[in-house]
Amino acid sequence: MSAVPALSPRGLAWLRALTGQEGLAVTGPRTVRVADAPLGAETARYIAVVPDAGNRFPRARQGEVGVDEAWALASHVRATVAADQGVRARPIVALVDVTSQAYGRREELLGIHLAAAAAVDAYASARLAGHPVIALLVGKAISGGFLCHGYQANRILALNSPEVLLHAMSKQAAARVTRRTVEELECLGERIVPMAYDVHSFARLGLVHKLIEGINADAPVGADVERVRAELIAAIADARGGSRDLGQRLRSPAAQETRAASIEVRRRLSEQWHAS
Amino acid sequence: MERLSFTYPARERLTRRAHVGVVGSGDLEVLLQPSSDQHAHVSVTTSVDGFAAVWKNVLDRFFGRFEGAALIEINDFGATPGVVLLRLEQAAEALRA
Amino acid sequence: MSGVAGSRQRFLGRRSYIELLARERARAVLDAGTFRELLGPFDGLKSPWLPLQGVVAQADDGVVIARGLIDGKAAVVAAVEGRYQGGSIGEVCGSKIAGALELALRDCERGSPVRPVLLLETGGVRLQEANLGLAVIAEIQAAIIALRRHVPVVAVVAGIVGCYGGMSLAAALCSTLIMTRQARLGMNGPEVIEQEAGIAELDAGDRALIWSLMGGEQRYATGLADALLEDDVDEIAAEVRRAFANPPGPARSEQVERFAERLARVDVALPPSPRALRDVWRREGGA
Repeated sequence: MSAVPALSPRGLAWLRALTGQEGLAVTGPRTVRVADAPLGAETARYIAVVPDAGNRFPRARQGEVGVDEAWALASHVRATVAADQGVRARPIVALVDVTSQAYGRREELLGIHLAAAAAVDAYASARLAGHPVIALLVGKAISGGFLCHGYQANRILALNSPEVLLHAMSKQAAARVTRRTVEELECLGERIVPMAYDVHSFARLGLVHKLIEGINADAPVGADVERVRAELIAAIADARGGSRDLGQRLRSPAAQETRAASIEVRRRLSEQWHAS
Repeated sequence: MERLSFTYPARERLTRRAHVGVVGSGDLEVLLQPSSDQHAHVSVTTSVDGFAAVWKNVLDRFFGRFEGAALIEINDFGATPGVVLLRLEQAAEALRA
Repeated sequence: MSGVAGSRQRFLGRRSYIELLARERARAVLDAGTFRELLGPFDGLKSPWLPLQGVVAQADDGVVIARGLIDGKAAVVAAVEGRYQGGSIGEVCGSKIAGALELALRDCERGSPVRPVLLLETGGVRLQEANLGLAVIAEIQAAIIALRRHVPVVAVVAGIVGCYGGMSLAAALCSTLIMTRQARLGMNGPEVIEQEAGIAELDAGDRALIWSLMGGEQRYATGLADALLEDDVDEIAAEVRRAFANPPGPARSEQVERFAERLARVDVALPPSPRALRDVWRREGGA
């Protein structure tokens, strides 16, 4: 079994800093926090997933997205879309610090794959309905946790901080599954960009709209918070001015270089789509 | 992982191409298409290092009967010589089908 | 809804779908003689990342994209080859799926519907392509959700790999999900759960337990799949056609309130056995 990681409060810290609220909903799990707060000239809805040592699902106490979290995300995002029918679709900001999805027997029994799909569906549907959906990576963004909370965003912003970590699997788990040591995995990441965990490498994949430098991610205060707000406002404007799909991710200079294969596949697929 | 190349003389021009197999455990895929010269060129990528002599033996056997001017790409995931020969023959058979 | 179609008497006449390679599977669900492969093995689009790690790459990166007809209507099939790298999703093969769905969406938006079918057999993200695998899975999911507004997106999970990881979410996003008894569907593979949470949480070697949790029969009986079929090419092809002929309602993943209510019926602290869960989450309507 893996060592228990320290509780990571970054999602909550940033929710408090950006909204001045705790975000506890009347119903639903304490792990999904939602708050509305002014952002520029409008109001944005902020959503964070936070750890809870008392979570009724023991496998979802360290900041994982489990069954309850995923359904709650889906519910809050869909409620936002429903509330804005016929009016300007407000921005949705996902504050991302998620350890992973929850790994457990009862999770599988209860269909965590569907719960997670519902969260993905809600965020993507919000994006398609015209909500600027912005993911702000303030901590870990690992695997299914990130798919559920952030990966469907129009724009992904990230703090350039050593604790902003991205991967398809936690380091320890990936090391076990691939029969490598954590050190070997880290070496591999230096050579193979998609294998790296750091946010700088992630940005090289063209997936990050803006890497925000020089922010103390653990203690969001004062000028740092204002700078992040300004970046959120800029990203929202950019999203509103762009298309509602994820195509922008492949158009960045970084993607042109590192995701050349993704682009080539689409180009040649398009050429062959209609029979000659 | 190891890459190997082999060339054999050929007499028969090919007009078709064939693909068989899968890069799965103990198996391989063979891509066979016409070559532009009077030779057969084989490029092997194999997950198992140090078996160049075994590959040569298998290919010698195959080209004892096959005379097509072909570009052959083999992607191997630890197939036995018997399976390699079988897949090559299936690819040759598919050309005639 | 079809329920458990077929009967044992027809056993001798069956043609196994599970035994087919991805290319043959794609051919099998399209109208006879209409299969046309896009980005096939001779197009040379392999994984750029596997050889860098000493892993032999397959010429089509393990996904077959085929255009053709289904009941005479334009269709596109994406079939994952479970025998290659466990059907794992890397940059190239995942982009083939996403790109095909994006082109189908473009055609739908221009008024020329294309019927999309996903034949899934996958352990999820290819660990050697890690973050890019996850990125393309997010793109596949986005494309399914956008396309589903125009035309049903139909998924088949047959076995023997099953459907796991981010691709299990993709399956759950589809309008119609067809499974066989040999199929498994779950977010986390049993081995991963055992590694992450310990053998007391889940013994990955306990096949009966794994099937009772994630098997096609359980997923169907608890309303998480739309059809449960025998391993038979003709039945699967016929069910795919039915899914397009009788367009389904909203996808499960859109029905948040309904599934939240179902979850509220379960005591999470003392969860029911898989068998007992079938009574709590009995199939509604149909079957």
